[in-house]
Amino acid sequence: MISLDVNGTLVQADADGDTPLLWVLRDHLDMTGTKFGCGMALCGACTVHIDGKPARSCVTPVSTVAGKKIATIEKIGETRAGKAVQAAWVAESVPQCGYCQSGQVMAATALLAAIPAPSDADIDAAMSGNICRCATYARIRAAIKRAAREAKVQA
Amino acid sequence: MNAIVNLSRRQFLKLSGGLALGFHLPQSLAQSGPGRTVSTDLAGDFSPNAFIRISPDNTITVIVKHVEMGQGTYTGLPTLVAEELDADWSQIRAEGAPADAKRYNNLFWGEAQGTGGSTALANSYEQLRKAGAAARAMLVAAAAEKWQVPVSEIKVSRGVVSSKNRKATFGELAADAAKQPVPADVKLKDPKDFVLIGKPAVRTDARAKSNGSAIFTQDVKLPGMLTAVVLHPPRFGATLKSFDAAKAKQINGVEQVVAFSTPATNGVAVLAKDYWSAKKGRDALSAEWDESAAFRLGSSEIMNDYKKLATTPGLSARKDGDVDAAFRGAARTLQAGYEFPYLAHASMEPMNCIVKLDGGGCEIWNGEQFQTVDQAVVAKLLGLDAGQVRINQLYAGGSFGRRANPKSDFVLEAAAIAKATNGAAPVKLVWGREDDMRAGFYRPMYYHTLKAGLDAQGNLVAWKHVIVGQSILTGTVFESRQVKDGIDATSVEGAANLPYAIPNLAVELHSPTIGVPVQWWRSVGSTHTAFATECFLDEIARETKKDPFELRRSLLAKHPRHRAALELAAQKAGWGNPKEGVARGIAVHESFKTIVAQVVEVSRKQSSLKIERVICAVDCGVAVNPNIIAMQMESGIGFGLSAALAGAITLKEGIVEQSNFHDYPVLRMKQMPKVEVFIVPSKENPTGVGEPGTPVIAPALANAILAMRGKPIRALPMSSQGVTFV
Repeated sequence: MISLDVNGTLVQADADGDTPLLWVLRDHLDMTGTKFGCGMALCGACTVHIDGKPARSCVTPVSTVAGKKIATIEKIGETRAGKAVQAAWVAESVPQCGYCQSGQVMAATALLAAIPAPSDADIDAAMSGNICRCATYARIRAAIKRAAREAKVQA
Repeated sequence: MNAIVNLSRRQFLKLSGGLALGFHLPQSLAQSGPGRTVSTDLAGDFSPNAFIRISPDNTITVIVKHVEMGQGTYTGLPTLVAEELDADWSQIRAEGAPADAKRYNNLFWGEAQGTGGSTALANSYEQLRKAGAAARAMLVAAAAEKWQVPVSEIKVSRGVVSSKNRKATFGELAADAAKQPVPADVKLKDPKDFVLIGKPAVRTDARAKSNGSAIFTQDVKLPGMLTAVVLHPPRFGATLKSFDAAKAKQINGVEQVVAFSTPATNGVAVLAKDYWSAKKGRDALSAEWDESAAFRLGSSEIMNDYKKLATTPGLSARKDGDVDAAFRGAARTLQAGYEFPYLAHASMEPMNCIVKLDGGGCEIWNGEQFQTVDQAVVAKLLGLDAGQVRINQLYAGGSFGRRANPKSDFVLEAAAIAKATNGAAPVKLVWGREDDMRAGFYRPMYYHTLKAGLDAQGNLVAWKHVIVGQSILTGTVFESRQVKDGIDATSVEGAANLPYAIPNLAVELHSPTIGVPVQWWRSVGSTHTAFATECFLDEIARETKKDPFELRRSLLAKHPRHRAALELAAQKAGWGNPKEGVARGIAVHESFKTIVAQVVEVSRKQSSLKIERVICAVDCGVAVNPNIIAMQMESGIGFGLSAALAGAITLKEGIVEQSNFHDYPVLRMKQMPKVEVFIVPSKENPTGVGEPGTPVIAPALANAILAMRGKPIRALPMSSQGVTFV
């Protein structure tokens, strides 16, 4: 039994220590917002925050995150940056198939938490690990900038 | 009729055993909800037809017969209903229709339900407006009866029915409206009165897809369900000889290991309570394969064979005038050959499917693109009637054609595994990325040769186009309808209907049969025909010192829609006004009755190139939702760029060399250019937008590079030609 701090709640999972955090979230804790895309940290669909930093949960053994704060798409809307990002995603009509967007939202939220007014180069650097096969990239860029503006107004 | 329709849907839901039962929903149903199949009608619901349910709480649910895989069906189709219903957009929800070809067939496909060929909105355009108008008429009749006023005195606007000082919501009138007769005929709005059509309605799935609550097949969990991870043979055409599951069974969580075989795939499945245990079990398997009938060629050998075939006479797909005579009389000729690799769809959600066997048949959960085909094929495997195969619709995490497999490969595989376990538990088949990328069903490899004959003034007098590549449709249920005299329509589309005015024109086809499974891929034949024809035309322009835009314009006199799209793109790009350090390329192509023209601007960045901007003009008839049209053009361009820049599946001795996104690179954030989309105003019925943005980008880009460096690109991807991008 492994104890985890997920979105501020202490939860327990009966999983082997080598199980990637992704599958503990999805299959053991029934939190399916975090998505499986490649299993090799190549596409970013599985992005969560570990102690506030974006991480690819598909290659993160669950044994390595005990005692750390894990944040997922299910509750990220309760943070100021997460709420602004999700609202901007709707306002800029970002999602198409939507499968990668949990990971995109988590990566964008971590970016805004670290850099409140990111440049295009900051966005390229932070978001290039997240693939979108619908190629919603231009709208993601616009939504990040919108979220940055709105979060600033609210601050 | 009203009663019958409702009864049949209730019967279906009764058969399906109730979807709510044990269905795991991780989040509350926000906005349009998770995208699952219709829930049951509740007391007081008004369901005037198979597409609409109005509830006493004033929500309007539109039942959508086409899968939502990103292209916007859950918004575009409800817009048609809401327009004629005079509903308020905030009332609208979308739900996926069950598999039932009698009510939910694609009107362009006869009695078959499915999504493809960019037909969802086009085939629904009149059907759903009529459905909305009928519901509106019944709401009006109910209000007239209740208020004792003539129907002519009743107004409906933004979801409110009113007459002088009386008013009621649709929800308040729902129960009374349900008692009204369904009108035999309804009058549709004059387009000048459209309120929602032509406006950028917010997508019904935007919120659920921004907060993780949208439900895909990958997210469905049924009570007692086991996850299956499979081992496929290393080569296409190989079959399982034997396997050793001893080590797999020692893995914690592994419950069963079974062999399976279908007409499309075969292998070994490891079943466990969770994916990771099943995957570890699969990785611990050892198996022996019979490779006596396996495919063992490599990509370069295939291409060499295709090049030889291209020099021999093929089947005629089009013959205008006398090409041979025209070449004999030509002042000069030009020739070029173009090479195209296999391509994987690589949708973000790897293929998956859930199958539950029960006494009454089989129930499937899937982002379902091909209901009628999958029902028939699964029924045959399981010895059932097609009607006993019930399908629950979910959002599809992309598809680009892959989830509409003519052989039902992954759906059938899930059914075969469920059968092999004797239906002991619901089975969720999950392919990893490597399984998905190596499973075949690629966009075929092609080789094209083009030859042009020019007169003394440089006018184009002869055109011969030879295409070599596997047929997608031969050997499928579509062969009888779409393969005529040996010509697979999908192999020559975009080439055999070339719009340019050339007096002597021939298109020939070779369709070699080889053992690599192939399938349509976003925009199908146009993925290669647009590149070959549009790049060759630019080579001709260059050789004859003509402007590529003006040459196209002069050859399109009889195609005003092509010409208008071309002119709009050129005008918006400032064609004719050179920009310092920037080279431009242009291309125009029709696919699925939609015409797209694009101008690409490219600059040099050290030894690489940068795509500065793409200007896209599209004529897709009436623009139902201009925002979604723009999104689909952007998406099609990005998807086409992935293939143009670096996309290739290659074989070595029959083994697929790629496995994941490190060796099958796709477009990422920093490579996505600025895209500006302009819609040609039109009163024609709408045509599709999911695919037609894709085929134009590669030739427009290649033409910009030709303009920049004077050397054509004749093989894709561009990375194979040493052309790289920042």
